[in-house]
Amino acid sequence: MTVRVSIDVDRCQGHGRCFSLAPALFTFDDLGNGVVLDDGIVNEAQCDAAYLAVANCPEHAVSLEESP
Amino acid sequence: MSDKEPVRDFATDWDHTDPRWVADPYPIWDDLRRRCPVAHTERYGGGWFPTTHEAVSRIANDTEHFTSRTVVIGNGRPLEDAPPAPIGVAPPISSDPPFHQIARRLILPAFAPGPVNALEPMIRDLCRRLLDGLVGHEEIDAGAEFAQFIPPAVIIRMLGFPERDEDLFREFVHVVLEGIDQPVEQRIEQFAPIEEYFAVQIEDHRAHPRDDLTSYLLNVEVGGQKLAPEHVFGTMILILVAGIDTTWSAIGASLWHLATHPEDLARLAGEPDLMATAVEEFLRFYAPVSMARLVKEDVDYLGCAMKRDDWILLGFPAANRDPAAFPDADRFVIDRRENRHLAFGLGIHRCAGSNLARLELRVALEEFLARYPRFELANPADVTWAPGQVRGPRHLPLRLASLEG
Repeated sequence: MTVRVSIDVDRCQGHGRCFSLAPALFTFDDLGNGVVLDDGIVNEAQCDAAYLAVANCPEHAVSLEESP
Repeated sequence: MSDKEPVRDFATDWDHTDPRWVADPYPIWDDLRRRCPVAHTERYGGGWFPTTHEAVSRIANDTEHFTSRTVVIGNGRPLEDAPPAPIGVAPPISSDPPFHQIARRLILPAFAPGPVNALEPMIRDLCRRLLDGLVGHEEIDAGAEFAQFIPPAVIIRMLGFPERDEDLFREFVHVVLEGIDQPVEQRIEQFAPIEEYFAVQIEDHRAHPRDDLTSYLLNVEVGGQKLAPEHVFGTMILILVAGIDTTWSAIGASLWHLATHPEDLARLAGEPDLMATAVEEFLRFYAPVSMARLVKEDVDYLGCAMKRDDWILLGFPAANRDPAAFPDADRFVIDRRENRHLAFGLGIHRCAGSNLARLELRVALEEFLARYPRFELANPADVTWAPGQVRGPRHLPLRLASLEG
Protein backbone atom coordinates (compact mmCIF):
# COMPACT_ATOMS: atom_id res chain seq x y z
CA MET A 1 0.00 0.00 0.00
CA THR A 2 1.25 3.48 -0.88
CA VAL A 3 0.33 6.66 0.96
CA ARG A 4 0.51 10.00 -0.81
CA VAL A 5 -0.02 13.54 0.41
CA SER A 6 -2.11 15.88 -1.66
CA ILE A 7 -3.25 19.49 -1.54
CA ASP A 8 -6.68 20.66 -2.62
CA VAL A 9 -5.62 23.79 -4.53
CA ASP A 10 -9.12 25.24 -4.28
CA ARG A 11 -8.91 25.18 -0.50
CA CYS A 12 -5.24 26.12 0.01
CA GLN A 13 -4.85 29.77 1.06
CA GLY A 14 -1.13 29.75 1.71
CA HIS A 15 -1.07 29.41 5.50
CA GLY A 16 2.23 27.62 5.02
CA ARG A 17 1.82 24.98 7.67
CA CYS A 18 2.45 21.97 5.41
CA PHE A 19 5.84 23.01 4.06
CA SER A 20 6.95 24.21 7.50
CA LEU A 21 6.05 20.96 9.22
CA ALA A 22 6.94 18.56 6.42
CA PRO A 23 9.57 20.20 4.24
CA ALA A 24 10.52 16.87 2.71
CA LEU A 25 7.01 16.47 1.33
CA PHE A 26 5.92 20.02 0.49
CA THR A 27 7.29 23.24 -0.89
CA PHE A 28 5.66 26.51 -1.97
CA ASP A 29 4.99 28.45 -5.16
CA ASP A 30 5.72 32.13 -5.77
CA LEU A 31 2.45 33.13 -4.04
CA GLY A 32 3.35 31.09 -0.97
CA ASN A 33 0.76 28.37 -1.59
CA GLY A 34 1.68 24.80 -0.71
CA VAL A 35 2.93 22.45 -3.43
CA VAL A 36 3.47 18.70 -3.12
CA LEU A 37 7.06 17.71 -3.83
CA ASP A 38 7.75 15.00 -6.40
CA ASP A 39 5.13 12.25 -6.33
CA GLY A 40 4.02 12.97 -2.77
CA ILE A 41 4.71 9.42 -1.64
CA VAL A 42 5.15 9.24 2.12
CA ASN A 43 7.87 6.88 3.31
CA GLU A 44 7.85 5.42 6.77
CA ALA A 45 10.16 8.07 8.22
CA GLN A 46 7.85 10.81 6.97
CA CYS A 47 4.59 9.50 8.42
CA ASP A 48 4.57 11.78 11.44
CA ALA A 49 5.44 14.89 9.43
CA ALA A 50 2.74 14.03 6.90
CA TYR A 51 0.20 13.58 9.66
CA LEU A 52 1.16 16.96 11.18
CA ALA A 53 0.79 18.69 7.81
CA VAL A 54 -2.74 17.32 7.56
CA ALA A 55 -3.65 18.06 11.18
CA ASN A 56 -2.42 21.64 11.13
CA CYS A 57 -3.90 22.96 7.90
CA PRO A 58 -6.50 25.54 8.94
CA GLU A 59 -8.29 25.15 5.59
CA HIS A 60 -8.37 21.31 5.66
CA ALA A 61 -6.64 21.44 2.29
CA VAL A 62 -4.04 18.75 2.94
CA SER A 63 -4.95 15.07 2.89
CA LEU A 64 -3.48 11.61 2.76
CA GLU A 65 -4.54 9.20 0.07
CA GLU A 66 -3.98 5.48 0.14
CA SER A 67 -3.59 3.40 -2.96
CA PRO A 68 -2.88 -0.30 -3.19
CA MET B 1 -15.45 55.90 25.22
CA SER B 2 -15.91 57.13 28.75
CA ASP B 3 -19.27 58.78 28.11
CA LYS B 4 -20.77 55.60 26.70
CA GLU B 5 -23.42 53.58 28.46
CA PRO B 6 -21.78 50.63 30.19
CA VAL B 7 -22.60 47.29 28.60
CA ARG B 8 -25.40 45.54 30.48
CA ASP B 9 -25.33 42.21 28.70
CA PHE B 10 -22.72 41.34 26.07
CA ALA B 11 -25.17 38.94 24.43
CA THR B 12 -27.47 41.74 23.33
CA ASP B 13 -25.26 44.83 23.70
CA TRP B 14 -21.65 43.83 23.03
CA ASP B 15 -18.98 46.44 22.66
CA HIS B 16 -15.39 45.46 21.88
CA THR B 17 -14.15 48.73 23.39
CA ASP B 18 -15.80 48.05 26.76
CA PRO B 19 -13.11 48.16 29.47
CA ARG B 20 -13.98 44.66 30.71
CA TRP B 21 -13.67 43.24 27.17
CA VAL B 22 -10.37 45.08 26.65
CA ALA B 23 -8.93 43.87 29.96
CA ASP B 24 -9.93 40.21 29.66
CA PRO B 25 -12.30 39.20 26.86
CA TYR B 26 -11.99 35.43 27.25
CA PRO B 27 -14.56 34.81 30.00
CA ILE B 28 -17.00 37.06 28.13
CA TRP B 29 -16.51 35.09 24.92
CA ASP B 30 -16.79 31.73 26.70
CA ASP B 31 -20.06 32.84 28.21
CA LEU B 32 -21.40 34.09 24.86
CA ARG B 33 -20.33 30.91 23.10
CA ARG B 34 -22.41 28.90 25.54
CA ARG B 35 -25.42 31.21 25.49
CA CYS B 36 -25.81 32.61 21.97
CA PRO B 37 -23.54 31.67 20.11
CA VAL B 38 -23.91 34.78 17.91
CA ALA B 39 -24.17 37.91 20.05
CA HIS B 40 -25.89 41.08 18.91
CA THR B 41 -25.46 44.79 19.53
CA GLU B 42 -27.24 47.96 18.53
CA ARG B 43 -24.01 49.87 18.99
CA TYR B 44 -22.04 51.10 15.96
CA GLY B 45 -25.30 51.04 14.02
CA GLY B 46 -25.90 47.34 14.63
CA GLY B 47 -23.69 44.28 14.57
CA TRP B 48 -23.18 40.59 15.28
CA PHE B 49 -20.41 38.69 16.99
CA PRO B 50 -20.07 34.96 16.22
CA THR B 51 -18.06 33.16 18.89
CA THR B 52 -17.85 29.57 17.67
CA HIS B 53 -15.28 28.14 15.29
CA GLU B 54 -18.06 26.87 13.08
CA ALA B 55 -19.85 30.22 12.76
CA VAL B 56 -16.64 32.19 12.27
CA SER B 57 -15.42 29.77 9.58
CA ARG B 58 -18.73 29.86 7.80
CA ILE B 59 -18.85 33.66 7.61
CA ALA B 60 -15.15 33.99 6.74
CA ASN B 61 -15.75 31.72 3.76
CA ASP B 62 -19.02 33.34 2.66
CA THR B 63 -18.35 36.24 0.32
CA GLU B 64 -21.86 35.94 -1.10
CA HIS B 65 -23.59 37.31 2.01
CA PHE B 66 -20.77 39.35 3.53
CA THR B 67 -18.53 42.05 2.14
CA SER B 68 -15.07 43.15 3.25
CA ARG B 69 -15.77 46.73 2.10
CA THR B 70 -14.75 47.81 5.57
CA VAL B 71 -12.97 45.56 8.01
CA VAL B 72 -12.64 47.90 10.97
CA ILE B 73 -15.78 48.67 12.93
CA GLY B 74 -16.50 52.36 13.44
CA ASN B 75 -19.37 54.65 14.09
CA GLY B 76 -20.02 55.40 10.44
CA ARG B 77 -20.70 52.97 7.67
CA PRO B 78 -18.02 52.59 4.99
CA LEU B 79 -16.95 56.13 4.42
CA GLU B 80 -19.01 57.63 1.66
CA ASP B 81 -15.89 59.26 0.23
CA ALA B 82 -13.96 55.99 0.24
CA PRO B 83 -12.84 54.61 -3.10
CA PRO B 84 -15.80 52.66 -4.44
CA ALA B 85 -15.84 48.89 -4.70
CA PRO B 86 -14.18 46.84 -5.98
CA ILE B 87 -10.90 48.45 -4.91
CA GLY B 88 -12.03 49.62 -1.48
CA VAL B 89 -9.99 51.55 1.06
CA ALA B 90 -7.13 49.11 1.49
CA PRO B 91 -6.97 46.41 -1.21
CA PRO B 92 -7.00 43.47 -1.05
CA ILE B 93 -8.27 43.29 2.54
CA SER B 94 -11.17 45.61 1.70
CA SER B 95 -11.87 44.01 -1.68
CA ASP B 96 -14.43 41.42 -2.65
CA PRO B 97 -14.22 38.85 -5.45
CA PRO B 98 -13.43 38.95 -8.27
CA PHE B 99 -11.21 42.04 -7.89
CA HIS B 100 -9.86 40.71 -4.61
CA GLN B 101 -7.89 37.95 -6.29
CA ILE B 102 -6.15 40.37 -8.64
CA ALA B 103 -5.17 42.71 -5.81
CA ARG B 104 -4.06 39.83 -3.61
CA ARG B 105 -1.92 38.10 -6.23
CA LEU B 106 -0.05 41.38 -6.67
CA ILE B 107 1.19 41.47 -3.12
CA LEU B 108 1.51 37.78 -2.21
CA PRO B 109 4.92 37.25 -3.88
CA ALA B 110 6.45 39.94 -1.64
CA PHE B 111 5.22 38.07 1.45
CA ALA B 112 5.92 34.51 0.25
CA PRO B 113 8.42 32.46 2.26
CA GLY B 114 11.38 33.17 -0.03
CA PRO B 115 11.58 36.95 0.32
CA VAL B 116 10.31 36.87 3.91
CA ASN B 117 12.89 34.34 5.12
CA ALA B 118 15.60 36.54 3.60
CA LEU B 119 14.66 39.18 6.20
CA GLU B 120 15.57 36.95 9.15
CA PRO B 121 19.14 38.27 9.68
CA MET B 122 17.89 41.87 9.59
CA ILE B 123 15.12 41.11 12.11
CA ARG B 124 17.50 39.25 14.39
CA ASP B 125 19.99 42.09 14.28
CA LEU B 126 17.22 44.58 15.02
CA CYS B 127 16.06 42.59 18.07
CA ARG B 128 19.62 42.30 19.36
CA ARG B 129 20.20 46.03 19.02
CA LEU B 130 16.96 46.77 20.87
CA LEU B 131 18.00 44.44 23.68
CA ASP B 132 21.51 45.90 23.72
CA GLY B 133 19.89 49.27 24.35
CA LEU B 134 18.22 47.89 27.47
CA VAL B 135 21.30 46.33 29.05
CA GLY B 136 21.66 47.16 32.71
CA HIS B 137 17.96 47.81 33.28
CA GLU B 138 16.33 45.74 35.99
CA GLU B 139 12.91 46.61 34.69
CA ILE B 140 11.88 47.14 31.10
CA ASP B 141 8.61 47.81 29.34
CA ALA B 142 8.67 44.90 26.92
CA GLY B 143 5.69 46.38 25.07
CA ALA B 144 6.79 49.97 24.64
CA GLU B 145 10.57 49.39 24.63
CA PHE B 146 10.86 46.13 22.69
CA ALA B 147 7.84 44.60 20.93
CA GLN B 148 6.48 47.78 19.43
CA PHE B 149 9.76 48.68 17.72
CA ILE B 150 10.14 45.50 15.70
CA PRO B 151 7.31 45.51 13.13
CA PRO B 152 7.55 49.21 12.15
CA ALA B 153 11.26 48.84 11.53
CA VAL B 154 10.60 45.84 9.27
CA ILE B 155 7.71 47.44 7.38
CA ILE B 156 9.56 50.71 6.85
CA ARG B 157 12.42 48.82 5.26
CA MET B 158 10.07 46.79 3.06
CA LEU B 159 8.30 49.94 1.84
CA GLY B 160 11.60 51.78 1.44
CA PHE B 161 10.68 54.74 3.64
CA PRO B 162 13.25 56.66 5.71
CA GLU B 163 14.20 54.66 8.80
CA ARG B 164 14.00 57.78 10.96
CA ASP B 165 10.20 57.77 10.47
CA GLU B 166 9.53 54.76 12.66
CA ASP B 167 8.00 56.86 15.45
CA LEU B 168 5.69 58.55 12.99
CA PHE B 169 4.63 55.14 11.73
CA ARG B 170 3.57 53.97 15.15
CA GLU B 171 1.59 57.17 15.56
CA PHE B 172 -0.26 56.48 12.29
CA VAL B 173 -1.15 52.98 13.37
CA HIS B 174 -2.52 54.31 16.61
CA VAL B 175 -4.72 56.78 14.74
CA VAL B 176 -6.07 54.20 12.33
CA LEU B 177 -6.77 51.41 14.77
CA GLU B 178 -7.45 52.93 18.12
CA GLY B 179 -9.51 55.96 17.12
CA ILE B 180 -12.43 53.78 16.09
CA ASP B 181 -14.83 55.30 18.53
CA GLN B 182 -14.52 58.84 17.29
CA PRO B 183 -16.97 60.65 15.04
CA VAL B 184 -16.51 60.16 11.31
CA GLU B 185 -15.53 63.81 10.68
CA GLN B 186 -12.76 63.56 13.23
CA ARG B 187 -11.56 60.31 11.71
CA ILE B 188 -11.22 61.94 8.29
CA GLU B 189 -9.29 64.80 9.87
CA GLN B 190 -6.96 62.38 11.64
CA PHE B 191 -6.19 60.60 8.39
CA ALA B 192 -4.96 63.75 6.66
CA PRO B 193 -1.33 63.64 7.92
CA ILE B 194 -1.09 59.97 6.93
CA GLU B 195 -2.25 60.77 3.41
CA GLU B 196 0.20 63.66 3.17
CA TYR B 197 3.10 61.56 4.38
CA PHE B 198 2.36 58.73 1.96
CA ALA B 199 1.95 61.20 -0.92
CA VAL B 200 5.44 62.54 -0.25
CA GLN B 201 6.93 59.03 -0.15
CA ILE B 202 5.10 58.03 -3.33
CA GLU B 203 6.36 61.13 -5.11
CA ASP B 204 9.90 60.39 -3.98
CA HIS B 205 9.65 56.83 -5.27
CA ARG B 206 8.25 58.03 -8.59
CA ALA B 207 11.23 60.31 -8.98
CA HIS B 208 13.75 57.76 -7.66
CA PRO B 209 12.49 54.20 -8.22
CA ARG B 210 14.27 51.54 -6.17
CA ASP B 211 14.01 47.92 -5.18
CA ASP B 212 11.26 48.06 -2.57
CA LEU B 213 7.55 47.45 -2.17
CA THR B 214 6.57 51.05 -2.92
CA SER B 215 8.36 51.10 -6.26
CA TYR B 216 6.93 47.68 -7.01
CA LEU B 217 3.36 48.90 -6.43
CA LEU B 218 3.97 52.01 -8.53
CA ASN B 219 5.33 50.05 -11.46
CA VAL B 220 3.49 46.75 -11.46
CA GLU B 221 0.98 46.31 -14.27
CA VAL B 222 -2.29 44.44 -14.44
CA GLY B 223 -3.55 43.85 -17.97
CA GLY B 224 -1.03 46.34 -19.32
CA GLN B 225 -2.07 49.10 -16.92
CA LYS B 226 -0.43 50.47 -13.82
CA LEU B 227 -2.44 50.47 -10.62
CA ALA B 228 -4.81 53.33 -9.87
CA PRO B 229 -3.28 55.83 -7.41
CA GLU B 230 -5.93 54.97 -4.81
CA HIS B 231 -5.02 51.30 -5.17
CA VAL B 232 -1.34 52.00 -4.52
CA PHE B 233 -2.18 54.25 -1.57
CA GLY B 234 -4.71 51.78 -0.17
CA THR B 235 -2.32 48.83 -0.31
CA MET B 236 0.35 50.88 1.43
CA ILE B 237 -2.15 51.80 4.16
CA LEU B 238 -2.96 48.11 4.48
CA ILE B 239 0.69 47.17 4.87
CA LEU B 240 1.13 49.91 7.46
CA VAL B 241 -1.91 48.95 9.49
CA ALA B 242 -1.93 45.20 9.11
CA GLY B 243 1.80 44.74 9.47
CA ILE B 244 2.53 46.68 12.60
CA ASP B 245 0.44 46.56 15.73
CA THR B 246 -0.79 43.06 14.89
CA THR B 247 2.66 41.52 15.17
CA TRP B 248 3.72 43.80 18.00
CA SER B 249 0.61 42.60 19.86
CA ALA B 250 1.49 38.96 19.24
CA ILE B 251 5.05 39.46 20.50
CA GLY B 252 3.81 41.36 23.56
CA ALA B 253 1.06 38.88 24.42
CA SER B 254 3.51 35.98 24.14
CA LEU B 255 5.93 37.70 26.51
CA TRP B 256 3.02 38.48 28.84
CA HIS B 257 2.14 34.78 28.90
CA LEU B 258 5.71 33.75 29.67
CA ALA B 259 5.97 36.39 32.39
CA THR B 260 2.84 35.05 34.06
CA HIS B 261 3.50 31.31 33.49
CA PRO B 262 6.96 30.50 34.87
CA GLU B 263 6.63 26.81 34.01
CA ASP B 264 6.14 27.62 30.31
CA LEU B 265 8.96 30.17 30.42
CA ALA B 266 11.33 27.62 31.96
CA ARG B 267 10.40 24.97 29.41
CA LEU B 268 10.75 27.26 26.40
CA ALA B 269 14.00 28.79 27.61
CA GLY B 270 15.39 25.31 28.30
CA GLU B 271 14.04 23.56 25.21
CA PRO B 272 14.43 25.80 22.16
CA ASP B 273 13.02 23.00 19.98
CA LEU B 274 9.62 23.78 21.47
CA MET B 275 9.59 27.14 19.73
CA ALA B 276 7.74 25.88 16.63
CA THR B 277 4.72 24.56 18.54
CA ALA B 278 4.94 27.37 21.09
CA VAL B 279 4.65 30.04 18.39
CA GLU B 280 1.52 28.40 17.01
CA GLU B 281 0.03 28.07 20.48
CA PHE B 282 0.77 31.73 21.26
CA LEU B 283 -1.00 32.56 18.01
CA ARG B 284 -3.98 30.40 18.90
CA PHE B 285 -4.31 31.43 22.50
CA TYR B 286 -3.60 35.13 22.09
CA ALA B 287 -4.62 35.69 18.46
CA PRO B 288 -4.56 39.48 18.35
CA VAL B 289 -6.76 40.20 15.37
CA SER B 290 -10.51 40.25 14.83
CA MET B 291 -11.69 41.40 11.43
CA ALA B 292 -15.04 42.86 10.45
CA ARG B 293 -17.44 42.24 7.60
CA LEU B 294 -20.64 43.96 6.56
CA VAL B 295 -23.88 42.13 5.79
CA LYS B 296 -24.61 42.65 2.09
CA GLU B 297 -28.40 42.32 2.15
CA ASP B 298 -31.00 41.45 4.79
CA VAL B 299 -30.66 37.75 5.50
CA ASP B 300 -31.57 35.15 8.10
CA TYR B 301 -28.24 33.62 8.93
CA LEU B 302 -27.21 31.32 11.78
CA GLY B 303 -30.62 32.01 13.29
CA CYS B 304 -30.07 35.77 13.27
CA ALA B 305 -32.14 38.34 11.40
CA MET B 306 -29.19 40.20 9.91
CA LYS B 307 -29.81 43.53 8.23
CA ARG B 308 -27.97 45.06 5.32
CA ASP B 309 -24.88 46.96 6.57
CA ASP B 310 -24.91 45.29 9.99
CA TRP B 311 -21.36 44.70 11.18
CA ILE B 312 -19.95 41.24 11.76
CA LEU B 313 -17.08 41.11 14.20
CA LEU B 314 -15.22 38.00 13.02
CA GLY B 315 -13.84 36.75 16.29
CA PHE B 316 -10.90 34.62 15.20
CA PRO B 317 -9.50 34.82 18.75
CA ALA B 318 -12.85 33.60 20.14
CA ALA B 319 -13.01 30.77 17.60
CA ASN B 320 -9.52 29.74 18.70
CA ARG B 321 -10.86 29.07 22.20
CA ASP B 322 -13.87 27.03 21.06
CA PRO B 323 -13.81 23.67 22.86
CA ALA B 324 -15.68 22.12 19.94
CA ALA B 325 -12.66 22.77 17.74
CA PHE B 326 -9.73 22.41 20.16
CA PRO B 327 -9.31 19.87 22.96
CA ASP B 328 -8.47 21.72 26.18
CA ALA B 329 -9.24 24.94 24.34
CA ASP B 330 -8.91 27.06 27.46
CA ARG B 331 -5.51 25.64 28.31
CA PHE B 332 -2.22 26.90 26.85
CA VAL B 333 -0.41 23.77 25.66
CA ILE B 334 3.10 24.71 24.67
CA ASP B 335 3.69 21.50 22.70
CA ARG B 336 0.23 21.23 21.11
CA ARG B 337 0.77 19.10 18.01
CA GLU B 338 -2.53 19.62 16.24
CA ASN B 339 -3.30 23.29 15.95
CA ARG B 340 -5.59 24.48 13.17
CA HIS B 341 -5.91 27.92 14.71
CA LEU B 342 -7.44 30.86 12.89
CA ALA B 343 -5.08 33.59 14.09
CA PHE B 344 -4.49 34.61 10.48
CA GLY B 345 -8.10 34.21 9.43
CA LEU B 346 -9.56 31.70 7.04
CA GLY B 347 -10.44 31.65 3.37
CA ILE B 348 -9.53 34.14 0.68
CA HIS B 349 -8.52 36.88 3.13
CA ARG B 350 -5.94 34.79 5.01
CA CYS B 351 -3.44 37.31 6.39
CA ALA B 352 -1.07 38.00 3.52
CA GLY B 353 1.70 38.77 5.98
CA SER B 354 1.42 35.58 8.03
CA ASN B 355 4.88 34.31 7.04
CA LEU B 356 6.41 37.62 8.10
CA ALA B 357 4.42 37.73 11.34
CA ARG B 358 5.52 34.22 12.30
CA LEU B 359 9.13 35.05 11.53
CA GLU B 360 9.09 38.26 13.59
CA LEU B 361 7.37 36.53 16.50
CA ARG B 362 9.78 33.61 16.52
CA VAL B 363 12.93 35.69 16.18
CA ALA B 364 11.78 38.24 18.77
CA LEU B 365 11.08 35.47 21.29
CA GLU B 366 14.31 33.61 20.54
CA GLU B 367 16.38 36.72 21.05
CA PHE B 368 14.50 37.85 24.14
CA LEU B 369 14.79 34.43 25.80
CA ALA B 370 18.45 34.11 24.88
CA ARG B 371 19.04 37.34 26.78
CA TYR B 372 16.45 36.91 29.53
CA PRO B 373 15.58 33.29 30.33
CA ARG B 374 13.78 34.45 33.48
CA PHE B 375 11.47 37.39 33.98
CA GLU B 376 8.16 38.26 35.59
CA LEU B 377 5.62 41.06 35.60
CA ALA B 378 6.95 44.03 37.55
CA ASN B 379 3.44 45.02 38.51
CA PRO B 380 0.42 43.30 36.95
CA ALA B 381 -1.70 46.42 37.43
CA ASP B 382 0.59 48.39 35.10
CA VAL B 383 -0.10 46.15 32.11
CA THR B 384 -2.44 47.84 29.64
CA TRP B 385 -4.12 46.20 26.66
CA ALA B 386 -4.96 47.89 23.38
CA PRO B 387 -8.66 48.36 22.74
CA GLY B 388 -10.33 47.58 19.44
CA GLN B 389 -9.83 44.80 16.96
CA VAL B 390 -6.14 44.21 17.63
CA ARG B 391 -5.45 43.03 21.15
CA GLY B 392 -2.05 43.08 22.76
CA PRO B 393 -0.23 44.66 25.70
CA ARG B 394 0.82 48.24 25.06
CA HIS B 395 2.66 48.49 28.36
CA LEU B 396 4.30 45.39 29.72
CA PRO B 397 6.68 46.20 32.56
CA LEU B 398 8.88 43.18 33.27
CA ARG B 399 11.27 42.63 36.14
CA LEU B 400 14.49 41.06 34.88
CA ALA B 401 16.52 41.33 38.05
CA SER B 402 15.58 37.85 39.25
CA LEU B 403 17.81 36.62 36.44
CA GLU B 404 21.02 37.37 38.31
CA GLY B 405 19.60 35.99 41.57
